[in-house]
Amino acid sequence: MAGADVAAENISVGFDGTPVLRSVSLLAASGEVVALLGASGSGKSTLLRVIAGLVTQDAGRVTIGGRDVTAVPTHRRKVGMVFQDNQLFPHRTTFENVEFGLKLAGVDRARRRTQAAHWLERVGLEGFGPRRVTELSGGEAKRVALARTLAVEPPVVLLDEPLTGLDRELHDQLVIELDELLHETASTAILVTHDVAEANALADRTLRLDELHGP
Amino acid sequence: MALIGAPTIGLLLFYVWPFVNLIVEAVDIESTRETLGRERTRSIIWFTTWQAVASTLSTLVVGLAPAWVIARFEFTGRRFLSSLLTAVFVLPTVVMGAAFLALLPDSLDRTVWGVIGAHVVFNLAVVVRTVGAVWEHLPTDMEAAASTLGASPFVVFKEITLPLIRPALTAAAAIVFLFTFTSFGVIRVLGAPGTRTIEVEVWRRATQLGQVDQAAVLALLQLGVLAAVAVWSSVAARRHSRALELRPLSRPQRPRTKAERRAIPLIAGVTAVVAVAPLAALVISSVSSPTGWTLSGWTGLDSAEIRPGINVGVDPVAALTNSVQTAAWATAFATIIGGLASLGIAAAGRAGRVLDAGLMLPVGTSAVTVGFGMLITFDRSPFDWRATWWIVPVGHALVAVPFVVRTTLSVLRSVDNDLSAAAATLGASPTRAWREVVVPHLWRPLAVGSALAAAISLGEFGATSFLSRSGGETLPIAIEQLLGRTGSLLQTKGYALSVVLAAVTIALVMVVDRTGDVAGARRREGNDGRR
Repeated sequence: MAGADVAAENISVGFDGTPVLRSVSLLAASGEVVALLGASGSGKSTLLRVIAGLVTQDAGRVTIGGRDVTAVPTHRRKVGMVFQDNQLFPHRTTFENVEFGLKLAGVDRARRRTQAAHWLERVGLEGFGPRRVTELSGGEAKRVALARTLAVEPPVVLLDEPLTGLDRELHDQLVIELDELLHETASTAILVTHDVAEANALADRTLRLDELHGP
Repeated sequence: MALIGAPTIGLLLFYVWPFVNLIVEAVDIESTRETLGRERTRSIIWFTTWQAVASTLSTLVVGLAPAWVIARFEFTGRRFLSSLLTAVFVLPTVVMGAAFLALLPDSLDRTVWGVIGAHVVFNLAVVVRTVGAVWEHLPTDMEAAASTLGASPFVVFKEITLPLIRPALTAAAAIVFLFTFTSFGVIRVLGAPGTRTIEVEVWRRATQLGQVDQAAVLALLQLGVLAAVAVWSSVAARRHSRALELRPLSRPQRPRTKAERRAIPLIAGVTAVVAVAPLAALVISSVSSPTGWTLSGWTGLDSAEIRPGINVGVDPVAALTNSVQTAAWATAFATIIGGLASLGIAAAGRAGRVLDAGLMLPVGTSAVTVGFGMLITFDRSPFDWRATWWIVPVGHALVAVPFVVRTTLSVLRSVDNDLSAAAATLGASPTRAWREVVVPHLWRPLAVGSALAAAISLGEFGATSFLSRSGGETLPIAIEQLLGRTGSLLQTKGYALSVVLAAVTIALVMVVDRTGDVAGARRREGNDGRR
C-alpha cells in the first residue's frame, strides 16, 4: 500500500493536569522517514500515541492522507506501530504473531501463510514460524515485531524507540536492516529516538520535539 | 523433631483418625447402594452441582468488570472498593445468608436465586483479586499493539486479554466452585428443602435423621468431587501457564477517554452498591419490625425470653460469651500448634513438606466433614470427648492452623540464611543465632495468624454444627436458630447478632490486611535486593 502523509496539528496533551505536549505540530510527507528526537520524558512517545489514537489529545487534530482521524479509533486508522519492548503476544507462535494483522484484515489462510513466511524471510528469520516468541533472543524478537507490523503494509508506521536497550553490536546491525526495510516499503515512517546517530542513519529528515512546540 | 511431633500428633488424632473412621463408616456396599439409589440423593447431587456451576459462572461474569477497573484505573475510592469486596468475602457464611435474607423481598427468600445471588456477592473478591493480580501485570501496550494491527476492542479482549488472563480465571473459577459446591452456612439460612447441597444433607442425615452411614457416603462422594476439581485446576493451570514476563506493574491510569470516564465510575459505583447493599440491609433489619423502627432486637439481646416467662432456648448474650471463649481457646491452640509447625516445617526437609500438606487437608475437605468425623469418633470411652469444653475449639483450630502456618512460614522463609551465618561468624551458637535472628521476625506473622484464627473461629459454622451442644451455642449457631424461627423479635435479634459478628470479623481482617501489607512489602523489598 502507498504511504500517506501525516499531519498532527497543534496537539496538546496533559496527564493529571501536567502538560506534556503544548500545541505541537508535525508533518510527514507520504513515504518519508522522519525521526523525532527528544530527551526521555519530553513527550515524543505521547505524540506517537496521539497519532496512533492510543492517547486522546486534549486539543488539536490528526489527519492521515488528508482525512481527519481525530475521532477514528486506533484499529481503523491503518497505523502500524513498533514498540520498544516489542509487545509480542506470548500465547501465540512467531508465525501467529506475524499473521495476526493479516487475519484481522480478512486475508485468507493460504495467502496469510505465504505472506507471513515472506516477511519472516525478509527479516532474516526463515523457518522461525513455529517457535514460541518467549524463546526468541532480543534481536529475533525485535525482527518479529517489525515483520508483524510491516506484514499488513500499513500506510503509516510508527516506531517508538525501536532499537533502545539492545547491545551495541546488535543495535548497529539492526540500524542497517531497519534502514533497508523502511526505505524499501512505501510506508510513511515516524521514528522516535533519543539517539542522534541512529536518527541520522535512518531518517530522511530529523526533527527535535522542543522545536515543534507552538507559540 | 519435637517441633514437628506435637502438630503431627494433633493432626493424626483429630483429623486423620476421624477421617479414617468416616471412610470405614462409608465403605459398606449396602449403605452406598441405598444412599445412591435414593431419588432424593440424586436430586441433591444434581442441585449441588448446577447451583455451583451457575454461581461460579455468574461470579466470573459479574467480577470481570470490577477486576478490570480496579487493576487498570486509578480513581477516588479504588482502595476502598477493593477493601470493601475483601470485607464481604471474609464475612461468616451465616452472616452472608442473614444479609441476603434481609436484602431480598420475601418472594425471593429461600429460593435458589437468593442462594446464587449470595454466592456471587460473597465471592466477587476471589475474581477481583485473582484475576486482577494478573491483569495489573498485563502491559497495556500489548493490547495497544493488537489494536494498531487492526483489532477492535472486542477482538483485543477475545484474542489477547482473555487468553492471557485465562489461567487466573481458571484458578478463580476452581476456588469459587469449591466454595459454592460445599456451601453450608448460606444454605442453612437461605435455603429450603428443595435447595439443599450435599454438605447440608450430610449434616441433616447425620444429626437430624440419625442416618450416619448415608451421611458418610455423601461426605466421601463430595470429597471425591473436590479432589477431582483440585486436580483438574492444577493440571489446567500448568497447561495454560505461559512465561508471561511479570513486568513491574503498569501503574493504574486515570480514565482518559470519554467512554472510560463514563464506564469507570459506573462500574465502580454499581460494584460498591452490590457489596454494600446486603450489609446495609442487615443493619436496617436489625432495627426494624413490621410496625416500624425498633431497638428491641438490640436491647433484648441479654434475654432468652420473648415474652415474660416464655423462653425459646436461644440466649444471644450467652452465645456471644461462648463464642468469645471458644475463639480465645481456638486461637491459642491454632497459634501454638501453627507456630511450632512452621518452625518445624522450615527446619525439616521432606518430613516438613508432608506435615505442611497434611495440615492443609482440613481446609480442603470442608469443615462439615471435619466436624462429622470428630462427632462419630469421639463418642466412645476412653475417647468420649464430645461433652468436653475443648472439642469445639480444637475443631476450629484444625481449620485455622493452615492460615497461621502460611503467614508464619512465608516470613520465616524470607529471613535470609546469610543472616544466621553472619551471626555464627560473630560467635553465636546455632541456638543463639536462631534466637537472635529468627525469633524477632516471628511475632508479627504470629499476631496476624492469630487474628485470622480468631476471625475463623468466630464465624465457623460447619464443624460447630456437629460439635456444639445445647447451651454451648456459638454466635453463628444462635443466628441460624433465631433466623429460622418465626416471630419478628427473634428475627430482629438474629439480625442484630449478625451485625455484631460482621463488625468483629471485618475489624479483625482489616487489622490483618494492614499488617499483612507491611509483611508483604518487606518480602518484596527482599526479593528486589536479591535480584
